[in-house]
Amino acid sequence: MMMIFGKPAPLLFGQLLLGIINGSFYAMLSLGLAIIFGLLRVINFAHGALFMVGAFVTWGLLHYLGIDYWVALFAAPLIVGAFGLLLERGLIRFTYKLDILYGLLLTFGLALVLEGLFTNGFGSSGVSYNGPDILSGTLDLGFMFLPVYRGFVIVAAALVCFAVWFTIERTRLGALLRAATENPSLVQAFGVNVPRLVALTFAGGVALAGFAGVLAAPLYSVNPNMGSDLINTVFAVVVIGGMGSIGGAILTGFGLGVIQGFTEVFYPPASSVVVFAVMAIVLLARPAGLFGKAA
Amino acid sequence: MLGFTRAQSAGFVLMVAILLAAPFVAYPIFLMQVMCYALFAMGANLLMGYIGLLSLGQAAFFGMGGYVGGYAVQSLHLTPELGVVLGGLTGAAIGVVFGWLAIRRQTIYFAMITLALAQFVNFFAVQDTGFTGGENGMQNIPRGKLFGMVALGPDLHLYAFTLVIFLAGFLFAHRVIHSPFGQVVKAIRENESRAISLGYKVDQYKWIIFIIAAFLAGIAGALNALVTKIVTLTDVGNVTSAIVVLMVLVGGIGTVFGPLIGAAIVIAMQYYLASFSDWVTVIQGVIFIACVLLFRRGVVGEFAAKLKLSL
Repeated sequence: MMMIFGKPAPLLFGQLLLGIINGSFYAMLSLGLAIIFGLLRVINFAHGALFMVGAFVTWGLLHYLGIDYWVALFAAPLIVGAFGLLLERGLIRFTYKLDILYGLLLTFGLALVLEGLFTNGFGSSGVSYNGPDILSGTLDLGFMFLPVYRGFVIVAAALVCFAVWFTIERTRLGALLRAATENPSLVQAFGVNVPRLVALTFAGGVALAGFAGVLAAPLYSVNPNMGSDLINTVFAVVVIGGMGSIGGAILTGFGLGVIQGFTEVFYPPASSVVVFAVMAIVLLARPAGLFGKAA
Repeated sequence: MLGFTRAQSAGFVLMVAILLAAPFVAYPIFLMQVMCYALFAMGANLLMGYIGLLSLGQAAFFGMGGYVGGYAVQSLHLTPELGVVLGGLTGAAIGVVFGWLAIRRQTIYFAMITLALAQFVNFFAVQDTGFTGGENGMQNIPRGKLFGMVALGPDLHLYAFTLVIFLAGFLFAHRVIHSPFGQVVKAIRENESRAISLGYKVDQYKWIIFIIAAFLAGIAGALNALVTKIVTLTDVGNVTSAIVVLMVLVGGIGTVFGPLIGAAIVIAMQYYLASFSDWVTVIQGVIFIACVLLFRRGVVGEFAAKLKLSL
């Protein structure tokens, strides 16, 4: 058997794969948080809960309406995004004029409500969801076996991250968004409906969480706590990367997933806290975060 | 000497009178838990209300204070007052390290960092089952004898002990705020850049307040371990961190009596809604939202504003 760094190669590649998968979720979720924070100055603590809602919507579409995975891949983010639009218009927008911490507290409460409701509805052990048949099975890559669905998740996540990066950094809509982030009142003076832009941005960020939820549904058990387990790590990722840069959020997310994967190979007990340890080191060495401005 | 306003003095006398009479009317365990969580919330209130930092990891200090205090009494056979002191010192010691890291960032980042750092403690509590008992928690913690003489087994004895510690903590927290040090702390909340330009070492003030909050949380955790005779993963978990923030918010951020009122409301809710189990989370979430959108001043804050007093 081939050995790398004194570890069997399949083990190493297998954990690396899991690391990249975790990294995909970190990247998608921290990306959504960064976009929302950029324009709204609200850190969305309900992001993990909305990720969970995305997974449940995927399950619900199949279970109640017989709508399959491929449709859910588009429908669930839309549904979660629309829900986000309601939340922004109905609740969150009232916190813009307040201290920045009130937005955090409000979304924190929202997360509790959503998790509580889903626990009541589906129990804390949740439900299970089977992915599409075409994505089942494994691929022999020569050096390792790749479960097809896992490969699909990585590709889909990378594509979506790229699309979001491209939209924000390279299109006219993105330019508008960046301008509104810098100076909302000036952009409004040019005749842009900034409140609408803000609402749609929130919906977009939340839809990303919903999309991540769809990808997660066949991978993990769909349960009410799946979001809160993940989001703690994502917040550490956000602290490490800083929220100033879209590309930075994506890179940090994938990078930390990989670091976590390697830790799982070399010192398994530390793998669940390694991201927090990296955060502590970054705080010591570069308090503003790897890509961030001081805040 | 204590620097209470006239209204606050009246409030304090009323509070002491109620707490003295209460165990003859209400369930003592409930009242003791309220006082434990009020101590815990007073620390969080120092952070949220007076220096403007929101910590989402306070349970780390509360839970570890509980574990160490419980361990001291149960396995080292120390007296309960030593257990409580050790619990407080444990909280403060962790607070020194966490605060040192967390004060490097502000506002929302500070909140996320404290949440993340608390995961270390959480992880430790789950893993090291020899010390914490893991999923089972630390059970059957004895209440012991105060100074090796007075048995705290009877609820009223423990109640008196808890009341003394609660009042000491209350006066201590008030003394911290009503001091030259406290004035600088409030100045930092109002305008951090100006405080820096006036030559104050803002980070040190934040750090000290953070450590004091962690110390109070540790004391509260150890005391709570004596009261309930058990420490579990819940005490060190994120839900407990959320609950203490909720208490401060409901009671009134930056008020003197807010933490006690907030603790009483939230604990009462948990007692009376216990049969609805999962709905408690939903209701707590709704209260969070309602407090942010409708009464940001909290119960005590709204009341004080009506009477045009500072409470």
